[in-house]
Amino acid sequence: MALLEINQLSIQFGGLRAVDDFNLTVEKGDLYGLIGPNGAGKTTVFNLLTGEYKPTEGVIRLDGKDITGRSTIEINREGVARTFQNIRLFKQQSVLDNVKIGLHNQYSCSAVSSILRLPSYFAVERQMNEKAMELLSVFDLEGEAETISANLPYGKQRKLEIARAMATNPKLLLLDEPAAGMNPNETQELMEDISYIRENFGMTILLIEHDMRLVSGICEKLTVLNFGRILTQGPTKEVLSNPEVVKAYLGDD
Amino acid sequence: MKNKMTSMSKASRDNLWTILMLIIAFAVVQGFRMGGLVNSHMDGMLVPICVYATMAVSLNLVVGILGELSLGHAGFMCVGAFASAFFSKLFENSMGVFPRFLLAILIGGAVAGLFGFLIGIPVLRLNGDYLAIVTLAFGEIIKNLINVLYVGRDSNGLHFSIKDQASLGLAEDGEMIIAGPQGITGTPFNSNFVVGFLILLISTIVVLNLINSREGRAIMAIRDNRIAAGSVGIPITKYKMFAFTLSAVIAGCAGALYAHNLSSLIATPARFGYNMSILFLVFVVLGGIGSTRGAIIAAVILTLIPEVLRFMSDYRMLIYAIVLIVMMIVNWNPTSRAFIRAHIPGKLSGGKKAAGGGEEGR
Repeated sequence: MALLEINQLSIQFGGLRAVDDFNLTVEKGDLYGLIGPNGAGKTTVFNLLTGEYKPTEGVIRLDGKDITGRSTIEINREGVARTFQNIRLFKQQSVLDNVKIGLHNQYSCSAVSSILRLPSYFAVERQMNEKAMELLSVFDLEGEAETISANLPYGKQRKLEIARAMATNPKLLLLDEPAAGMNPNETQELMEDISYIRENFGMTILLIEHDMRLVSGICEKLTVLNFGRILTQGPTKEVLSNPEVVKAYLGDD
Repeated sequence: MKNKMTSMSKASRDNLWTILMLIIAFAVVQGFRMGGLVNSHMDGMLVPICVYATMAVSLNLVVGILGELSLGHAGFMCVGAFASAFFSKLFENSMGVFPRFLLAILIGGAVAGLFGFLIGIPVLRLNGDYLAIVTLAFGEIIKNLINVLYVGRDSNGLHFSIKDQASLGLAEDGEMIIAGPQGITGTPFNSNFVVGFLILLISTIVVLNLINSREGRAIMAIRDNRIAAGSVGIPITKYKMFAFTLSAVIAGCAGALYAHNLSSLIATPARFGYNMSILFLVFVVLGGIGSTRGAIIAAVILTLIPEVLRFMSDYRMLIYAIVLIVMMIVNWNPTSRAFIRAHIPGKLSGGKKAAGGGEEGR
């Protein structure tokens, strides 16, 4: 059974069908790319997947379970975590606290024991700190654990967002343009990190990206979206050599 | 790992400073009082100062930590004041002073918390400034409601009316408890500086401990970025309700303290009106939004100034305005903030949490 199955997904905003008849199957362990020109509806697909928007039609199944139309919070608990195209960190809080907020649902400790500082509070804090530092070290951020996250350089902010999403212990990780605004070195590091979490955490990843070096470098399969519809789908090499795709990106000659 | 340990103690060290500051201030004032250095006028100011500082702590939880605006916090204080005074009048002769006053404070907090919860249910599901509008209305409504409420007691039990005293139909042995616009008179005079200080101290510890916990981080995550908080599975409505209700409980306790310091408790605009709610907001903003310690300091200074400067008669409000402006500059001007951070490490500059909230906008 596929980890993620999307069938005939559509959403209509007034007269605009932003995503129309979208189908996608992602197997467990896949590193899947979603590409397409600006305004094609890629982020809308992510917003539909995470419950930010409710689809007009269609079914989304995660691990066989229907999650269509659920709230963002429920969907996260089912195992979908995401990053955002325009970075959304908890800016005023430290790097460590950002990850600890991601860990929120992995640990439980009542508000009363927090306020009264009962032993369970200290136990949970210690466990959260250890787990958070472990995740930060994957992304080479453990040295900046105490930095206020808004003060991190751009590339590291993107990495922190991935670390925070990973903290929710997802089955499926959605990355919305993870390499946007990164220089070639940062992109290279990011590719290594993505491969690392995929191998070591057995993570299934669906990503949106414009950086073709990253897409052709790590994605195994691609879906190309244009004007809200699927242009083509398949293994990366085949898709990128498809003349229709070249035309969608570069226009007719 | 080592880095983590020192930092953890940094946040708690900062909180410890706040607690220590309160205790030292309390000890100094108590010392002056024992030495007979505090005149009766200033002595009478001590309980109101504790009340207002507690209100500042309470409102800071909503405005600074949760990032929602409440313009009716005096309303919660009013509810707490009347609920607790009502209870005290009811059991004035049937309970000992200590258990009765303790229960009165808890009841004040609980009733205000209930109101906070009920208001929160429809409003906190929404985003935006709805909370400000609804709390503003709540503050005004509750005040007017209490002004038409008549409650009396006789051998047959309690009588309620929202018309007038006569319609209660009290028997000969009857006694008024809440007399509409005359409010509650003769509430036992139980509040004193020690109790006031304890309420302030406990409220402060509760809020500071909350901030540095799993729940507190979730609440601040909602403030910093609601969409991202939802994306990592933080139950947004639940934590908004929690913070708002807790804030209302603290405001209710402050109200109970306030009520037991007055011979007659009347829901006048001067005591529980819109202007008071705004005054509490001024404490929070001038203290540096999100800083519990700052809010307390601002509340103390701004409550004291008009009294200390009483000899200047009308000119004192001029000084008050100047102090407001100076505090605003000191707390919010980037240059002065940098100066404070560089020269007063840890103590007054406040920790990472203290600087939070409004700095980057929300």
